[in-house]
Amino acid sequence: MFKREGDVCVGRFDQAEAAVLQQVMVEMVTLLSERLDHADPVVARLFPDVYRDDPDVSADLRRYTEADLKAAKLDQAGEMLAAVPPEGGEVRLDDEGAEAWLRALTDARLALGLQLGIRDDTDLVEELDEAVARDPISVRVAQLSVYAYLSQLQESLLEALTG
Amino acid sequence: MAAPQVTPVATPDIAEVPATDRPFVTIVWNDPVNLMSYVTWVFQKLFGYSKEKAERLMLDVHHKGKAIVSSGARERMEHDASRLHAYGLWATVDQS
Repeated sequence: MFKREGDVCVGRFDQAEAAVLQQVMVEMVTLLSERLDHADPVVARLFPDVYRDDPDVSADLRRYTEADLKAAKLDQAGEMLAAVPPEGGEVRLDDEGAEAWLRALTDARLALGLQLGIRDDTDLVEELDEAVARDPISVRVAQLSVYAYLSQLQESLLEALTG
Repeated sequence: MAAPQVTPVATPDIAEVPATDRPFVTIVWNDPVNLMSYVTWVFQKLFGYSKEKAERLMLDVHHKGKAIVSSGARERMEHDASRLHAYGLWATVDQS
């Protein structure tokens, strides 16, 4: 989790946490490096139609805006990936770096949230308990844990940045 | 939006964002993932809104499902929506 130290936000990560962050960001970089398929719900959520009831006008507008948006998302995921020490350790972020992390964490949580079927009324603790009861070593348990971890990390970073 | 662990004791009664006579608006829609604190921060950061105004808009998004966050010329609204997308918020443009 992050804490404010003077001008910077400082996070300390053990090896397992660093591995999780790296894997999450590698997945994001992979997704963003490929040609975007707007039929993919994750892509549709990360790059929403600007005109909700007009996919044609939205697609037209996207031709002018999508390259920049995609590059920005790729940059912030790459920035986060590069900042995490592979064996774990300390991360020190200035305000700009913290903002890039907040955006990258958001994208990762949006993608994971869709895969997990997170809804407004989802109780994460309950969801995790149920998943563990069904199969403690399932992919769902792992993904829910990662989602919960990323949420806490983002909250702590936002607090360190603005608090 | 994802609610914080501790729910605020009281939620102020929020009046509807006044309709403007301008033709285009940027709308932010509720989603189950983005943290309430993050959405508030994004509104402050991108639009320079006070914390009170940003929180009011965030609560509108959370409780009513959407809120108008800016209004003006079409191109500017498209730009606002794009900036919101860069921060992972679900934003669209509509004619008011």
